[in-house]
Amino acid sequence: MEHIDWSLVNWSRAQFALTALYHWIFVPLTLGLSFMLAIMETIYVKTGDEKWLKIEKFWLKIFGINFAIGVATGIILEFEFGTNWSNYSWFVGDIFGAPLAIEGIMAFFMESTFIAIMFFGWNKVSKKAHLISTWLVAIGSNLSALWILVANGWMQNPVGMEFNPDTMRNEMHNFLDVLFNPVAVNKFIHTITSAYTFSALFVIAVSAWLIIKNRDKTYAKYSMLVASVFGFVAIMATIITGDGSAKQVAKYQPMKLAAMEGLKKGSRGAPLIAIGTPKIRKDKNLIESISDDLKGANQDEVEVTGFEIPYGLSILAFNDPNAFVPGVDDLVYGNKEENIPSYKERIASGRIAINALAAYKKAKKAGDDMEAGKQLKTFKAHFKDFGYGYFDGKDMKELVPPVAITFLSFHTMVILGTWFLVFFVLIYLAVMKNNIEKKKWLLRLGILGMPLGLAAQELGWITAEAGRMPWVIQDLMPTMVASSHIETSGVILTFFLFLIVFTALLIAEVKIMLTTIKNGFSN
Amino acid sequence: MFEALSYESLQAYWWFIIALLGGILVFMMFVQGGQTLLGKLSSNEDEKTVLINLFGHKWEITFTTLVVFGGAFFASFPLFYSTSFGGAYYVWMIILFAFIIQAVSYEYRKKKNNFLGAKTYETFLFINGVIAPVFLGAAVSTFFTGSQFSVDKSRIVNMKSNVEAVISQWETPWHGLEAIWTTQHLAFLQNLALGLALFFLARVIALLYVKKMVADENILNKAQKCLKRNSILFLIFFLFWTVRLLFIDGFAIDAETGKVFMAPYKYLHNLLEMPLVLILLLIGVVSVLWGIYTGIFKNKTNAFWFVGVGTVLTVMAVFFIAAFNHTAYYPSTYDLQSSITLANSASSKFTLVVMSYVSLMVPFVLAYIIWAWKSMDNHKISIKEIKQEEIKY
Repeated sequence: MEHIDWSLVNWSRAQFALTALYHWIFVPLTLGLSFMLAIMETIYVKTGDEKWLKIEKFWLKIFGINFAIGVATGIILEFEFGTNWSNYSWFVGDIFGAPLAIEGIMAFFMESTFIAIMFFGWNKVSKKAHLISTWLVAIGSNLSALWILVANGWMQNPVGMEFNPDTMRNEMHNFLDVLFNPVAVNKFIHTITSAYTFSALFVIAVSAWLIIKNRDKTYAKYSMLVASVFGFVAIMATIITGDGSAKQVAKYQPMKLAAMEGLKKGSRGAPLIAIGTPKIRKDKNLIESISDDLKGANQDEVEVTGFEIPYGLSILAFNDPNAFVPGVDDLVYGNKEENIPSYKERIASGRIAINALAAYKKAKKAGDDMEAGKQLKTFKAHFKDFGYGYFDGKDMKELVPPVAITFLSFHTMVILGTWFLVFFVLIYLAVMKNNIEKKKWLLRLGILGMPLGLAAQELGWITAEAGRMPWVIQDLMPTMVASSHIETSGVILTFFLFLIVFTALLIAEVKIMLTTIKNGFSN
Repeated sequence: MFEALSYESLQAYWWFIIALLGGILVFMMFVQGGQTLLGKLSSNEDEKTVLINLFGHKWEITFTTLVVFGGAFFASFPLFYSTSFGGAYYVWMIILFAFIIQAVSYEYRKKKNNFLGAKTYETFLFINGVIAPVFLGAAVSTFFTGSQFSVDKSRIVNMKSNVEAVISQWETPWHGLEAIWTTQHLAFLQNLALGLALFFLARVIALLYVKKMVADENILNKAQKCLKRNSILFLIFFLFWTVRLLFIDGFAIDAETGKVFMAPYKYLHNLLEMPLVLILLLIGVVSVLWGIYTGIFKNKTNAFWFVGVGTVLTVMAVFFIAAFNHTAYYPSTYDLQSSITLANSASSKFTLVVMSYVSLMVPFVLAYIIWAWKSMDNHKISIKEIKQEEIKY
C-alpha cells in the first residue's frame, strides 16, 4: 500500500477493542455463573432443601444484572464486522459468517427463550421444567461461546477453505475442518474454563465480603464450597489448555510466540522467561516502551530481561528441549539455517500473488483464457504469502506485533493463573475445616481475587489479539486492508459514544450489583 | 439432501429463511411498540410495572431475532452485509445504539441505586421503541428505492491505498441517512412511509397483546382507545407505501446478460408473475386487517395472533417481491450495475448447503419458543399477581 489511512484503521481497531474488552467484562461471569446456578438448582431439586433455593435466587439476581449488560455490549460486536470491517466481511464472509449464524440459531434463541422461564417462570412451570430451563440457559450461553471462538480460531489459523479468484474471496471447502480447527477447539476450552475460573473467583469474592461483614455466613460458605471446587477444576483445565494454546501458537503464529516471550533472536534449547520486563531500547523505561508499543514504534528492537528457565521455551513450544524457536529477528530477516524465509521474500512473493490475481481478472475480462490460466497458476503458487503483498517492506515494524504489550499481558496472565490454582485449594481447605471466618487474610485475598480474575481474562484476550497483529486473518489479510470506506471522524464519533454509553452502563451495573450484594441472601 | 439443489435454489431457500426471520422480527417488534405506549396506557406506577413486565418477558426474543437476522444475512449473503453495514454506517449505528440502551433498561429500571434513575431507563425504552421500527422500516424500503453505493470486487487488488481497496463504497458522506431526504423519485416519502407504517404496526400489535394478556380495566380501556388511532395511522402509511410500490419503476435483472435496468411497474409485475407470492401477500394483509377489525370491534383476544401471523406473511411476501423474479434486492442508484442481487451476493454453494442443514434446527427452535411462550402466557397478568412475584422487572 502506497498510502494507508492509518487513522481510520487505528480508530476502527480501537473501537473494536473497546467493545470487545467491555463485552468481556461481563461474559465470563455469565458463562460460569449459569452453570453454577444450574448446579445449585439441581441440589435444591434433588434435596428439597430451601436453603439452596435461597442461594440460587440470590445468585440469579446477580446473574440477571450482569447478563443484561453483556447482551447490550455483545450486539455491537457482531455488526461491527460489517460496519467497520466491510472488506473483511466479503473476503472471508463465506466462512466467517456461518459460525455467527449458527451461534444465533443454535445458542442465542435457546438462551433468550429459557432465560425468561429461569427468571420469571418459578410459579408457571414445574420444578423439573424450571431446572431444565436453567441448564438450557447455561448450555446456550456456552454454545454461543463455542461458535464465536470457532470463528476467532479460524482468524488465527485459517483452514478448510480455498480462495476463489472469480468471486475474489475465500470460500469454505470443509466445514468440519473449520469446526474442529485445533486452534478453535483449544481456544474454546481455554476460554470457557478461564471464564468459569473468573465466575468462581467472583462468587468467592462476594461470599468473602459477606463473611467479613458477618452476614449470611452459612449461605456464603455453601456458595464458597461450590465455587472453590468448580474453580479448581476450571483452572486446571485452563492451565492444561493454555499449554496446548502455546504449542499451537508456536506452530501457526510463530511471531506471536516471539512477542509473547519477547524473544529477539531464536535458538535451539530456547529458555523460557518466567518473570521479566520488556525493554525496547536501553535508554527507555517500561512505560516509555509500552507507549512506543502502542504507537507501533521500534518493536523490532525489543529486548526482554528476566529470570530464565533453561530450555523452557523449546519444551513449552515443541515438547523438545533442543527444538528451534524463532525470534522476531529470525522471522523478519529470515534464517537460512532453519529454513525460515525473510519477510522481504514473503512480501515479494505476496506481491506476485496480488499482481497475478489482478492480471487474471484482466485476462478473464478480455476473454484471454490462456493468459488467465497462466496467471492463476502463478497466483496459486504464491497464495500462502498473499497478505504480505500488501506491505511495501520499507518499515518492518509494520509486521511485528506490539511486543511489550503482548509480553506483559501474557506473563501477567500466567502468573495470575498459577496463583488462582493455589487460592482455590486454600479456600476449599478453609471451608471444609470450617475455619474460614478466622482467616481474615484469606477472605481479603478472596475479595481481591475478583479484580485479579477479571484482569487475567482481559489480558488473555490482549495477548491473543494484540499478538496476532498486523493480521486480521493470519498471513492472508492485514488489518489495514480489512476496513470499511468510512470517514475517520465518523468512527471517532461512534468510538466516544460507545465509550460514554458503556462506561455509564458499567457504573450503573456496578452500583446495582453492590447494592444487591449488600442486601445479601436474606433480602 | 440439500446437495442435490441447484445453486440458484439454495440462494432462493436462504432468501426464504431471511424473509421468515425478517417477518418474525417485525412481528416481535410489538415489544418496541409497547415501549412507546408505557406512559399512555398507565396512570400509576403499578400499572406501568404490569406493562413493563408484560413486554419485558419478551424483549430478548426480539433482540435475538435481530441478531440472528444479521448473522443469517452475513452467512448467506455476505456482500449485502459488507455493503450495507459498512456503507450505511450511521443508520446501522443508530439502530444498534437503540438496542444497546434497551438491553439494560428492563433489568435496571427498578433496581436500587441504578445510577441513571428510572425515568432515564424508561426514556431509553421509548427511544428504542421509536428508532427500531422507523429506521429498520426505512432501511427495508431502500430495497425498493435504492441507495448510493458502488461495488467492485477487483478493488481488493488495488494497491494505491487501503481506502481505495475497499470493495463496497458508499458514495455519499451521509452513509445511509440520506434515505430520509432523497427526493429523487420521492424516495424519502416511500422510505419514511414504511418506517412509520412499521412504527404504528408495532404499536397496534402491542395493544392487541395488552388486550390479550392484561387483566386490568383501566389499562384495557386506554388500550382500546389507542388501538383505533394507531390502526388508522398504520393503514394510512402502509397503504400509501404498498400502492405506490406497485406503480414505481423497479430494479430488474436482464436474464440473458445479468445487467440491471430500470423496469416500469416492476414490483406489480413481480406480484402478477408470482401468483403464490400474491396469494401470500393477500392472506397476510387480510389476516392483519381481520385481526385489527376483530380486535377493535369484537374484542377478540386471538386478534393478536391474526395480526401477528399476517404480519409475518406480509413481510415475507415483501421480501420475495424485492429479490425474486430477476430483481436486484439491494439496488444502487449511483451505479445500477453495482446493485446487489441474490446471485452476486450469495455465499458459495458449499456454505449454503452447510447452512441449510443448520436451518433444519429452525422448527425445533420455533417449537421450544412456542412451549416457553405458552408456559409464560398461560393466564392474564394483573397488578395483584405482579405484586406477589419475587423476581420481576
